Amino acid sequence: MPSIISVKDLSKTYASGFQALKPITLDIEKGEIFALLGPNGAGKTTLISIICGIVTPSTGVITVGGHDIIKDYRAARAMIGLVPQEIMAAPFDTVWATVSMSRGLFNKPKNPAYLEKVLKDLTLWDKRDSRIVTLSGGMKRRVLIAKALSHEPQILFLDEPTAGVDVELRKDMWDVVRALRASGVTIILTTHYIEEAEEMADRVGVINKGEIILVEQKADLMRKLGKKVLTLHLQQKLDALPAGVETAGLKLGASGHELVYEYDTQRERTGIGTLLTTLNNAGIRVRDLQTTQTSLEDIFVGLVSDRT
Amino acid sequence: MNYRAIWAIYTSEMMRTGRTLAQSIVSPVISTALYFVVFGAAIGSRITDIDGVSYVAFIVPGLIMLTLLTQSVMNASFGIYFPRFIGTIYELLSAPVSFLEIVIGFVGAAASKSIILGLIILATSALFVPLHIAHPFWMIVFLLLTSITFSLLGFIIGIWADGFEKLQIIPLLIITPLTFLGGTFYSTSVLPPLWQKIALANPVVYLISGFRWSFYEISDVHIGVSVAMTLVFLAICLAITGWIFKTGYKLKN
Ligand SMILES: Nc1ncnc2c1ncn2[C@@H]1O[C@H](COP(=O)(O)OP(=O)(O)O)[C@@H](O)[C@H]1O
Ligand SMILES: [Mg+2]
Repeated sequence: MPSIISVKDLSKTYASGFQALKPITLDIEKGEIFALLGPNGAGKTTLISIICGIVTPSTGVITVGGHDIIKDYRAARAMIGLVPQEIMAAPFDTVWATVSMSRGLFNKPKNPAYLEKVLKDLTLWDKRDSRIVTLSGGMKRRVLIAKALSHEPQILFLDEPTAGVDVELRKDMWDVVRALRASGVTIILTTHYIEEAEEMADRVGVINKGEIILVEQKADLMRKLGKKVLTLHLQQKLDALPAGVETAGLKLGASGHELVYEYDTQRERTGIGTLLTTLNNAGIRVRDLQTTQTSLEDIFVGLVSDRT
Repeated sequence: MNYRAIWAIYTSEMMRTGRTLAQSIVSPVISTALYFVVFGAAIGSRITDIDGVSYVAFIVPGLIMLTLLTQSVMNASFGIYFPRFIGTIYELLSAPVSFLEIVIGFVGAAASKSIILGLIILATSALFVPLHIAHPFWMIVFLLLTSITFSLLGFIIGIWADGFEKLQIIPLLIITPLTFLGGTFYSTSVLPPLWQKIALANPVVYLISGFRWSFYEISDVHIGVSVAMTLVFLAICLAITGWIFKTGYKLKN
């Protein structure tokens, strides 16, 4: 897949002297849903803001659709729709006026039919003549999404799209996102909810303290997630694995009172039945057993705490 | 040029005026009418003609300038400050729009409002005094130049300000006094010689003098000097705006 956004050696030090991004290199593929996952203050908004032209980078080169975001900013920005975090649209404008204004800013000719479709998809059509200040929080968020979509972007940034959002909006939003993806739009969303990355993304990037510490296909991550660990608590202490019992993934626990078996839940045969039979035949009595799963959360927490 | 973006900014700013019609149009008209009643009828009847022009007619150009200056600064500064304050500026910064286009949209809208307002006040004043405009062309030139220059100044203030106090302090502490002292209600030739010299440091003197000349062909300074000085202020404001553009001052982190 060709990359649609290319970030090379990007770093950002704010005027305060705080380095929000350490040199980052990242490629976003055309047509994918990329989830940028990281705790608060990791630098997600900073990274998005730089790509969109709101914050100036300290070092590095970024291209969007092959256009340099500084030298060729018009072409680069024309491709992007941004749904910002925690900002509302101009409060005294009507919904219709504000989406029309967004479309104009992005140099697109008037197209009432298209805007009508966007507003209908976001169940905003009935509110088109309402002033934004009179809308509920969820409705205001919908307006921001409509504004970002008003100019038919090829890339959509969603900065913490579901923070403080009700179930219904979440569902509508994911419907819209899936439809956009199906039409070839590239989507980058930031979140600190792992489930969200799991649910939506094709690829996941983990960012912490201004560093991207992992970028992986979600499927690969899920494979890691698919690993389970079975711990068998034994009645007697073993000094070594008895002959005939050895098998891939089986280890003797530290105290000798435990056997630890790592297996893949995705595989057709996990090997648990065979293991238990073999142990029984070898006269090894099992007192208790327990299984644990590594979640994306564990991976994430592990990665994040490694760096602190 | 992204003309659609300029138009989008311009119309959105003009709609804001529509929403606050009372505040934007009605109140300046009422206060101007009050000036006419107080200075024209009540006090003006005791003041002799100035260079052959009745006092109430004499103050018309000054009153229009007074409104033009304060409204241009207020409209333009608020226009750009408000999106900065509530955060909606993100959209302007992330749109394929150049700084020049942003300036044209905001300043154009603020200047348009001032010009419309100036013309309304001109029409209002016609109800109180027989109007005579000797040089309509130059009158329009001054109207345009002044509105644009002070809308630019307002735009600069709106970017510099980081609170509503700062937004109001310049119009209140600088523009209004300069206008009152700049010959709205008198000819600077009535001042003592030393103060006449000091008055020449006040940019507003040149605007009012030139504008009044376009009506009655009387002026404190030569019309050429007025035009030149107005262009100098315009150039200064353009230079500052250009500098903001280059540095991204207070707009981008
Ligand atoms: N304008 C700014 N000046 C100084 N520091 C900032 C500024 N904006 C953000 N930061 C800091 O940069 C870090 C990253 O912020 P941000 O990108 O908003 O993180 P995230 O979106 O991942 O929560 C935070 O520590 C934040 O305090
Ligand atoms: Mg953020």
